[in-house]
Amino acid sequence: MRRFRKAFPALLLISPSLILVGIFVYGFLGWNLRVSFTSWQGFAPTYDFVGFENYAALMDDPIWWRDVRHVLVFTLVFVAGALAVGFLLALLMEKGVRGENLFRSVYLFPMAISFIATAIIWRGLLNNGSGDSTAGINKLFAYAGLGFLHSDWHKSDSGWAIAAIALPAGWALSGYIMALFLAGMRGVPDELREAARVDGAGEVRVFWHVVRPMLWPTVMSAVVILAHISLKTFDLMFAIDQRSPRIETPALYMYHSVFPGNFYARGATIATVLVLGIAVIIVPYIWYTMRAERRR
Amino acid sequence: MKRRSFIALAAAPAVAPLLVSCSGDSPQVEVFTWWTGPGEGEGLAELERLFKEANPDVEFVNAAIAGGGGDQARAALATRLQASDPPDSFQGHAGEELADYVDNGVIEDLSALFESEGWNDVMHPGLLENITRDGKVYAVPVNIHRANLLWYNVSILEEARLSPPQSWSELIEQNATLSEMGVTTLSIGSAWTQLHLMETVLLGELGAETYSGLWTGQVDWRSAEVVAALETFTEVLKVSNVSEAAADWQPQLDKIVDGTAAYAVMGDWVYSYLTTNLGLVYDQEYSAAETPGSVGVFDYLSDAFTLPVGAKQRENAEAWLKVCASVEGQDAFNTKKGSLPARTDTDQSLYTDYLEWNLGQWLDPATVVVGSLAHGAVARPGWKTEIETALGVFVQEGDAAAFAAAVADAYQRTTG
Repeated sequence: MRRFRKAFPALLLISPSLILVGIFVYGFLGWNLRVSFTSWQGFAPTYDFVGFENYAALMDDPIWWRDVRHVLVFTLVFVAGALAVGFLLALLMEKGVRGENLFRSVYLFPMAISFIATAIIWRGLLNNGSGDSTAGINKLFAYAGLGFLHSDWHKSDSGWAIAAIALPAGWALSGYIMALFLAGMRGVPDELREAARVDGAGEVRVFWHVVRPMLWPTVMSAVVILAHISLKTFDLMFAIDQRSPRIETPALYMYHSVFPGNFYARGATIATVLVLGIAVIIVPYIWYTMRAERRR
Repeated sequence: MKRRSFIALAAAPAVAPLLVSCSGDSPQVEVFTWWTGPGEGEGLAELERLFKEANPDVEFVNAAIAGGGGDQARAALATRLQASDPPDSFQGHAGEELADYVDNGVIEDLSALFESEGWNDVMHPGLLENITRDGKVYAVPVNIHRANLLWYNVSILEEARLSPPQSWSELIEQNATLSEMGVTTLSIGSAWTQLHLMETVLLGELGAETYSGLWTGQVDWRSAEVVAALETFTEVLKVSNVSEAAADWQPQLDKIVDGTAAYAVMGDWVYSYLTTNLGLVYDQEYSAAETPGSVGVFDYLSDAFTLPVGAKQRENAEAWLKVCASVEGQDAFNTKKGSLPARTDTDQSLYTDYLEWNLGQWLDPATVVVGSLAHGAVARPGWKTEIETALGVFVQEGDAAAFAAAVADAYQRTTG
């Protein structure tokens, strides 16, 4: 009873969010899972039970595997690209640039723009018109005398066309990754660097042997954040080229299955598999951070 | 938690703002459309004006949701209908899209209203057939659009000494002359415009009767004839700018306007875009012809209004439907939107230029009327979605037989 009395006010305080999260996150996750075991196709709900039929159908669906391949390519290019650019920017900032505050904000700004707006800007930039209708980045290439770099971007025939979407995504998020790395680098105590320098290490070796090992937690967080954003990305592809099969990902396949196709069961199945996929990335990370915190 | 309340909860965020505006019993009519763009927005405003004149005490609530041929609007509508919170009237495409609502029991039979108002005698008979199921009429059509049109740049054709092609192979032949001039033969837009193009190629190659049979299961998609027509479609794509396709139908038509392309296949909403928005003169700067091989055929789509089951203000909804069906309503709306009236007894002198030509064809008893695939007249939403997905692969890989098989399979799965 005493323990209850002690915990009660705290419980009361968090209960609104607990209830809301319980209903709107876990409740609907459960409902979605339920729908994925039905044959609900069409306007009116059907709550029968067909076992894993929808999952089996999905595994046999070439469209699904095409989309999975797309999202993997996108994730690979986007995560690697944003990490590399973010890291490079942070490194330059860390060396002390005049007007660092300004640059920091400038690089962070793209993150404040919604993906839809980003997509509409980049739809123009990634225009693949040739000849007189050359536009966007290709036109910049032409002005700079680099016309041979003309690219079809996301309309390319290559199976890697979706990698072009990593450009706007990376543009939006590498500033954020820069901020993460910068915080990580600033978190390395100066005493450690000083000590290394006293021992005769050059700047490169100071970075490699002192700063780099202490950046691993930052890299981990950055990868997890980027990877889960990447798996969920929907609005970028949706607005850049609607219903283009070259850049369709499972998230888009889910949406188009349900609206306006009314394939509710298939949509729910895709959503469930997506949740599991994201969990595979996030759960080990949470486990890792919780363990690290307990150790402290 | 009970299933029903669960769904209601799912819909809550979408519906909440509407509930606020709907509170109280003040007389009003909530009309749900996807008409927000130029032409259609003004047309809806005209209907609103007429409604207010006839019903001064009733508030008109415009619940329009913008975007993409109504896809976004239909997604929002589905949520509201499943939560049993329908608007007082909503827009739908006549034909199979409406039939889907009928089969799910979400819209009411309007036969009595049609009877008492005498609409059965004034609506176009071919259209009436498409809003009737099992002898009952389910919607009030306000307009007619035509999908099988080939828009072209008049001066380019003059310069090339060409006239609009009579068959798809002729269009492909014209490519030699046009590409020599540095002009793209056929301009293409986003994915749905490719579906629209495919439908007109099928219509031209197969003829109206076989085309119509494709949607009722009478014609086998896998047959040699259909596959050959689909192969023509891939040939047509080769004389187009599909690899540099525009982002939507307006930029697709802009290529005709700026003279970088000669032809574009699109419905006749193009007329109000080119005339009203861009200020071009029909028959001088641009013109239209039937898509190759479809002379004497009218590939139609029609917007219609419904009375949902459980409409909160049924009387006002009926008053709205009466405005939609009236001669004044149809003329006021269609002259703004650039479409034809669904009634046959309206003031024909109001329809000039392109509309005059088109109205003549629509009213000509010899004209064969078929329904549009891309605009919801002939395929259920589920089948249509699967066709769109398969078409994406087809346009990329060009395998006509595989596409035909995918469409036939999807028909089995979605109607079986």
